[in-house]
Amino acid sequence: MNKYTVINPHSEFKVINTHVHNIDGTAKVTGRATYTFDVKLPNMLYGKILRSPHAHAKILKIDYSRAMELPGVMGVVTGKEDTLGIKQGIWRRYQDLCDEQVLPVDKVRYIGEPVAAVAAITEEIAEKALDYIDVDYEVLPGVYEPLDAIKKDAPEIHEGFERNINVTRHIEWGDVDAAFEEAEYVREDWFKCGGQAHMCMETRAAVSSYTPDGKLTIYHSNQSPYYMQGLMAGVLGMREGDIRVISTYVGGGFGGKFELDGAIFCSAVLSRKLFKPVKIVYTREEDFIATKRRTPMFYYVRTGVKKDGTFCAREAKVFTNGGAYTGMGATALYLTGFFHSFPYRWKGYRYDGYRVYTNTLPSTSMRGFGAPQAMFCSEQQIEWIAADLGLDPIDMRRKNSHHEGYEVPGQATIASCGIDQCYDEIRKWINDKGKLPANRAIGISACGFMSGGIFNWFDTPYSFSSAVVSINQDGTVELFVGAQEIGQGSNTTLAIICAETLGVKIEDIKVHSGDTDYCPPDLGAWGSRQTLMAGNAVKMAAEAAKKQLLEFAYAQSGFNIVYDLDIKDRWVHAIARPERGYDYGELVKKAIRGKDGQKIVGRGYYTPHRKGMISPAYSYMLQGVEVEVDEETGKIKLVDSMTAHDCGQPINHLGLIGQLEGAFSMAAGYGYLEYMPYEDGKLMNPNLVDYKMIRATEMPPANIAEIDTYEPEGPYGAKEAGEGLTNPTAAAIGNALFHRFGIQMKECPITPEMILNALKEKKETEKERKGKK
Amino acid sequence: MEKQLLRLTVNGQEYELYINPKTLLVEAIRDHIGLIGTKRGCDTVSCGACTVMIDGASVKSCSVLAMQAEGAQITTIEGLEKNGKLAPIQKAFLDHGSYQCGFCAPGMIMSAQALLNENPAPTEWEIREGIEGNICRCTGYNSIVRAIDATAKGKYAEVKS
Repeated sequence: MNKYTVINPHSEFKVINTHVHNIDGTAKVTGRATYTFDVKLPNMLYGKILRSPHAHAKILKIDYSRAMELPGVMGVVTGKEDTLGIKQGIWRRYQDLCDEQVLPVDKVRYIGEPVAAVAAITEEIAEKALDYIDVDYEVLPGVYEPLDAIKKDAPEIHEGFERNINVTRHIEWGDVDAAFEEAEYVREDWFKCGGQAHMCMETRAAVSSYTPDGKLTIYHSNQSPYYMQGLMAGVLGMREGDIRVISTYVGGGFGGKFELDGAIFCSAVLSRKLFKPVKIVYTREEDFIATKRRTPMFYYVRTGVKKDGTFCAREAKVFTNGGAYTGMGATALYLTGFFHSFPYRWKGYRYDGYRVYTNTLPSTSMRGFGAPQAMFCSEQQIEWIAADLGLDPIDMRRKNSHHEGYEVPGQATIASCGIDQCYDEIRKWINDKGKLPANRAIGISACGFMSGGIFNWFDTPYSFSSAVVSINQDGTVELFVGAQEIGQGSNTTLAIICAETLGVKIEDIKVHSGDTDYCPPDLGAWGSRQTLMAGNAVKMAAEAAKKQLLEFAYAQSGFNIVYDLDIKDRWVHAIARPERGYDYGELVKKAIRGKDGQKIVGRGYYTPHRKGMISPAYSYMLQGVEVEVDEETGKIKLVDSMTAHDCGQPINHLGLIGQLEGAFSMAAGYGYLEYMPYEDGKLMNPNLVDYKMIRATEMPPANIAEIDTYEPEGPYGAKEAGEGLTNPTAAAIGNALFHRFGIQMKECPITPEMILNALKEKKETEKERKGKK
Repeated sequence: MEKQLLRLTVNGQEYELYINPKTLLVEAIRDHIGLIGTKRGCDTVSCGACTVMIDGASVKSCSVLAMQAEGAQITTIEGLEKNGKLAPIQKAFLDHGSYQCGFCAPGMIMSAQALLNENPAPTEWEIREGIEGNICRCTGYNSIVRAIDATAKGKYAEVKS
């Protein structure tokens, strides 16, 4: 079915990169895993949210007296009466980017925005009560596209933001104009990239319980319990320490679950008013219309190269549809501009990004974080340039690619880079296929991605990642991490790092995560940060614990001090004489006795220092897809695929395969299926009948060539694997269409209609040309 | 509407429920009986997270009323393991990493089991068609297909001693 090959494997490990089952697996395949969706507390009420039917309107009056008369209704909350009206945002460090009241006080800015919330003894009664809440609106003119919203006479969405420009970003290095002067060929194109729904299988859900002692406990489906704790403290005027956030099992995140959502906010405000637990679960439609989405972007790209294919300069201007609020969109605006340069060396590079407010669903981070849009434009334009110049597209890419030791001027230093071997593997895959049937073509696309962001816009005083290792007297290990498991396998990956470092078995490790009361703070699961950052923290904590154990072993052994001791596979031994040793459990018991009965505890943390502007490390990849197109209908079918991927040293073998295959399916969806059409601010397909996604029958083989490199900044040489592969596929599909038909797809997702239009246009142009002759 | 008495047999156990006749089977299973392994992911019978088996065939439990399942043998994810031993399909999912967030897994596994009940030796395409009604946002399906294929080929069968 799928081919999996490994280039440059390392094999000195006992646990790392072996076939380890996911440590949460048994709970998940037996139905024991309980998600927020499943939480039921004694005396619990059910909440529902009343949402704005208008894209832009003033809230004049909310009258919920009729709703309160319904039997079973316990309470209603509104922004004006029950919240502090604090504007919040995840970019806490920058006041003007904290622009969202989850229950707005005066004004709604998109269809589906929460207006009031009701709690009742059943979900049905709460739902019914929404019809009895009367809201008077003054409807305002709305604006839905960024290129309209920046016009001088466009409606003002937020006060004080001229032309609705929310954030701007500028990235520049080298003498760009001089570098363009050197170019012998310059090409410019405009692109339009669509949004995409995160579509987590578990919709947004929260159960909040505020008790008379002033403490708040929240079960919530999210990617960063620590962020939720901090943000909720801010909006409720509480102390972080009085709020406990529990997120044991999370039904998917993909970048959509680390900002405050209506479920957590409204359930907490209701619970604080009523002193009872309140549960809110979004319907699928609510999840589509009132969470957030991948950022739609308009991209202008101008690229200058020499005739031999040497890249000189690139300039990009981007206008993103920010929707109604900032959220994580500010980060996406930065990252799209940076990764648009990847994975190539540009003498001069200039990027100007404008994030524009509109009266639509706010846009934010989603797996790939701006890079899928960037690569859709960049990798297609590069393919067209190679064709224009008559150059081999792989050779041209290879010639200009990053390499180990390269410095992206003023931005990043590339310490590990396996892209060169990626080109070899994809070339081999293409050559092995030989001649393709007439209705098929192959497209390729390269990219790179970060291993965790180094930015601190959340303004945390804590380390970015922390871990605590605590060893019990029988040798079992409690590993406490703030890193968040959302299905990507972080608990397993961190357990593997802990087991490898301590020299014990994977079944010795118990991971505690997803609970702010017991786990150390950590920024959570976003930006592909956990393997590297939390992994380093875990390694440090395990090393600290191991050092304490080995001190006792040394004291007892009587060995010459030039001998090194180690533990591997629970066997304590001198490295030079591995056969002479004893059981690790025995050592633990002695060490605890020697510590006056104290458990062996090791602490570890990680914060990047002096690692450039973006990330401590970068993954690299090249993907090829074989695409079949039905010329009559314009329908695309993915027939086969191959990804060559450098993630440094793989840690969690099964997890890595899962991440690469899963990211590819999401990327393919973005390339040709997942489409979010809006009309006057209203999403036209907010359900799983009309919002098409990849299903099992659409998914092609996802062959993988794992290129093992060593990343000095990562634990055991590891770097990102879970997110970068969302980036190349849309462009690869576009490139396949280019090679099949000579058409240039400048909009994604690439729908059958777009393909048919492009084919028609091409025919007409050819006819015209013939006519002129 | 007046509540009615209903006897449902789930995982071999009979439950007596007193419910509104409009109650969906998934609501009866989750909210009335309390077997929360079965999930829900949509309101349009599109995602398959609520899939259970009725008399061995896969059914999206949000698409039928609880009343319609009276007298039938309903199996949920909780009914697959026997005395703490996982069913072969569950072992296969573990071994192939055929789940990530795990939210679709109970429904996906029931669809897979129902497919194998009906067709013990499916081709790859038949496997893909068999789980087409189940959305998995995490895995990209191929690891699920591998797990079902391996199960069909007897890799996880109980060895009788």
